[in-house]
Amino acid sequence: MIGLVNYGVGNLRSVENAVRWVGGEVRLVDTAADLDGVNGVILPGVGAFAAAMTALNESGFSDAIRDWATVKRRPLLGVCLGMQLLAKESTEGGTVAGIGVIDARVERIRPDGGARVPHVGWNLVEKRRDSVLWNGNERATCYFVHSYALVFDDPETAERCVIGTTDHGGEIVAMAADDNVMGAQFHPEKSQRDGLDMLANFVRVADAW
Amino acid sequence: MVRKRLVVSLLWRKGVIVQSIAFRHTNVVGDPKVAIEFFNAWDADEIVLLNVGRDDLGPEKFLATLRHVSNHCFLPLTVGGWVNSLHRARLFIENGADKLVINSAGLDTPGFLTEVADTFGTQCVVASIDVRGTADSGYEVFADRGRRATGLGPVDAARRAIDHGAGEILLTSIDRDGSLSGYDLALIESVTRAVDVPVIVFGGVGKWDHLLEGLNAGAEAVAAGNIFHFTEQSTRAAKNYLRDANALVR
Repeated sequence: MIGLVNYGVGNLRSVENAVRWVGGEVRLVDTAADLDGVNGVILPGVGAFAAAMTALNESGFSDAIRDWATVKRRPLLGVCLGMQLLAKESTEGGTVAGIGVIDARVERIRPDGGARVPHVGWNLVEKRRDSVLWNGNERATCYFVHSYALVFDDPETAERCVIGTTDHGGEIVAMAADDNVMGAQFHPEKSQRDGLDMLANFVRVADAW
Repeated sequence: MVRKRLVVSLLWRKGVIVQSIAFRHTNVVGDPKVAIEFFNAWDADEIVLLNVGRDDLGPEKFLATLRHVSNHCFLPLTVGGWVNSLHRARLFIENGADKLVINSAGLDTPGFLTEVADTFGTQCVVASIDVRGTADSGYEVFADRGRRATGLGPVDAARRAIDHGAGEILLTSIDRDGSLSGYDLALIESVTRAVDVPVIVFGGVGKWDHLLEGLNAGAEAVAAGNIFHFTEQSTRAAKNYLRDANALVR
């Protein structure tokens, strides 16, 4: 059973449908207490970092998700803004603290050579390190919509955690993972087969964790 | 690099998908549910679903189709038709739209584009520009599904929409719609040179080579409707054609 964190921001329908499509059971998690009883948690998100963090803090989800990831050490997948929210902090709208379970910061992308911001569209993601989400695959073409991305300051952490990158006027972190904590900057639920494969991998691993 | 997109346009009217020639709706080509499952499986990069009904009959029936599409489609979904209030915009988003196509309301009140962009982000706002050729070989933008002249040229209309928050342009040639004679390449070139947001082009595709012509003229995404309805595995065939021609597609 996958729990989809419902903190009142964005449209959860697409993620919910995609998880069902790949054979997973999914339910919306409306309060932090409802995390009991699910095997894996997906944190979705579109919109602005600060507004999302305010909603997560006020609802108690921030603490509950941190506990889920670092004390219970259960599977967690952040999607798009949801992955950014797992980082320590973002510079979107001033410096705002994130949930802090991925040792990275979130910065505005500054592509070279006239590539546009936001980075919108289908782009190639190449594997940097194998993980549950890749499950042996080497690359995927996925749908991105974002202006900010994860930045790892410590090279060793980057080496361990960056599992996929894409190119948009320079390298962008497209996927990160640190054991049970995972994230995708693109929208797997909007990326057809390649994205659905990753969700299927997450569901399978979460249910067996 | 971001891939060029192959876009399937579905024109919805009173619960069915219709064919369109010069913005007049002709054949019913089918049940939207069947059409959508068909394309999802076969290599389309985006679906544009437009309610092209002449009257605003209220959103309920269209929303049922939209929900069905979003339950079965795992690719970006761009939705329009009678997006003339923030309330309607929100209804579309809540029922599965990733982007909103805004035509007449944005031409009449450019500030409406700003309102939607401030609420849902500029990446969500696709300004639709429907163009007819004029007697003196120029172009003019029409509102109300091709019925009302605006006095605006396509470049001015596109620039104004972008200044007011549009993140993308959907550029349609009314004259080429349903003609099978290819996109209006001069129109595409003039608009894509003048703006730096992605331009989706629509109207006139009768063979796969027309898609390639659209990309070469500067389009970021090439859309077609009619041609996809009558060929088996049509989006896959179109993709293969573009790939073989070394277009950067998914």
